[in-house]
Amino acid sequence: MFIRHETIEKNAFLLLVLTLLVISIGGIVEVIPLFTIETTVEHVTGVRPYTPLESRGRDIYVREGCYTCHSQMIRALRDEVERYGHYSIAAESMYDHPFQWGSKRIGPDLARVGGKYSNDWHYAHLINAQSVVPESLMPHYAFLAQNRLELDDLTKRLKAQRMVGVPYTDDQIANAQADLRAQADPNADQVGLLKRYPKAVPVGNGGVVTEIDALIAYLQVLGTMVNFADPANEDLRQ
Amino acid sequence: MPTKIEKDSVTGQMTTGHEWDGLKELNRPLPKWWVYILYTTIAWAVVWCVLYPSWPGVTGYYHGVLGYSQRVTVDRDVAAVGKQRGVYMERIKTLPFGDIRKDPQLLAVAETAGRITFANNCQPCHGAGGGGNPGYPALAAGTWIWGGKLEDIQQTLTYGIRSGLDNARQSQMPRFGADAMLKPAEIEQVADYVMVLYGKSTANADAGKKLFAENCVACHGANGEGNREVGGPRLASKVHLLPDDRATVIGQINNPRMGVMPNWNTRLDDATIKSLALYVHALGGGE
Repeated sequence: MFIRHETIEKNAFLLLVLTLLVISIGGIVEVIPLFTIETTVEHVTGVRPYTPLESRGRDIYVREGCYTCHSQMIRALRDEVERYGHYSIAAESMYDHPFQWGSKRIGPDLARVGGKYSNDWHYAHLINAQSVVPESLMPHYAFLAQNRLELDDLTKRLKAQRMVGVPYTDDQIANAQADLRAQADPNADQVGLLKRYPKAVPVGNGGVVTEIDALIAYLQVLGTMVNFADPANEDLRQ
Repeated sequence: MPTKIEKDSVTGQMTTGHEWDGLKELNRPLPKWWVYILYTTIAWAVVWCVLYPSWPGVTGYYHGVLGYSQRVTVDRDVAAVGKQRGVYMERIKTLPFGDIRKDPQLLAVAETAGRITFANNCQPCHGAGGGGNPGYPALAAGTWIWGGKLEDIQQTLTYGIRSGLDNARQSQMPRFGADAMLKPAEIEQVADYVMVLYGKSTANADAGKKLFAENCVACHGANGEGNREVGGPRLASKVHLLPDDRATVIGQINNPRMGVMPNWNTRLDDATIKSLALYVHALGGGE
């Protein structure tokens, strides 16, 4: 033997180094191919970074722990596809840091909730879920409608996301405040917003932008970015 | 320290040939049944790796002899159940409503499909059984804003209300108060008359009636009977879209809330929408 068993067992540091080496081989074999295999993230059109308002809404979604009761992962199983719509694909959460797939469904899956209900319904439902769905178990989030949305660090937040790989352009970062205000006012000029972020859904009433506005903007875009009817997006085999 | 493998004099067992601080270890092998199960699982893993997607490569991966894919499987499962239902759904899609209703078996299928679709998609707003919620019309009550014939319901379901589609039902109530079209005192007078129309008041509301005739009849009808052509809700009724108190009426005249119903043509197929229309129609309010 080149290194004797006894030598390893009697030398704690050598044992540690060799153990790490062996474990890392397993890790490398599992992780590296995910970066190189072509089909890890599907090539589909339509997925874009979140608008500033949606992105802030997502922060609130994470802060309130929505993921503890709602998944965002429609599994490739017949009954799930029939209930919620097309199964979720990796490309749809490629700009999520971290992703919100979740693992528990005390409430329904939200991966395709965007556009399913009106903004008004979301306001009523978040403020008091039982007012529209009497059998619901969901807690009340009325305070979100009172909390003014923190906007001072908006640009920094987008820049931070760009550092971890979300492709925000300079144009998008420069217009972050304007885009957020345009999306939070249905009467505002949204040409610029929709050019930078197609399919953005206007919310709110043009008054003070609250946390509930941001959260609803986020919910209304979930699952709507990829047009699965488009033949270009058909081949999702893995 | 390696030592000689020898027989232990006390137990008669062989030792392992290791000695630590003067202690020798007896060789007590694992039970054979356990070892064979372990070998079987290893062999099974090898077979599995050959049959199913397993080893990663650089730009691709080994797809396995069987070529299994969960995404292909789900597409096949959905297609298979679609084929089973297709016999009925194709007929529901192509036949006019009248013919579907004449066929009890087909109608039962359509109403079942409609019931399940309703529970998944419609109930959060319209309530279980179509009982309605404030701001979301009661579907079982027969007070339709856009019409309660099967074709009307189908149209509303397909394109929605103020959904942003060109074919969507579209109506807009002016902001009489917020845009200063009526003075606050006049709004109160109109509200008084609306309370009479609601059947909640018998007070004299002639001033409000006059204002109503000047401003509201085009959409809500001369006697508050509503106008489905333009989606003007019926006011001379006991069932209302919003709460029937005077404060709500004043708020609505001042700065109306106008609800949105999503279009369902991108989520549901034609046969499902027709099934849903039949189910909603049968809730109790159909015309």
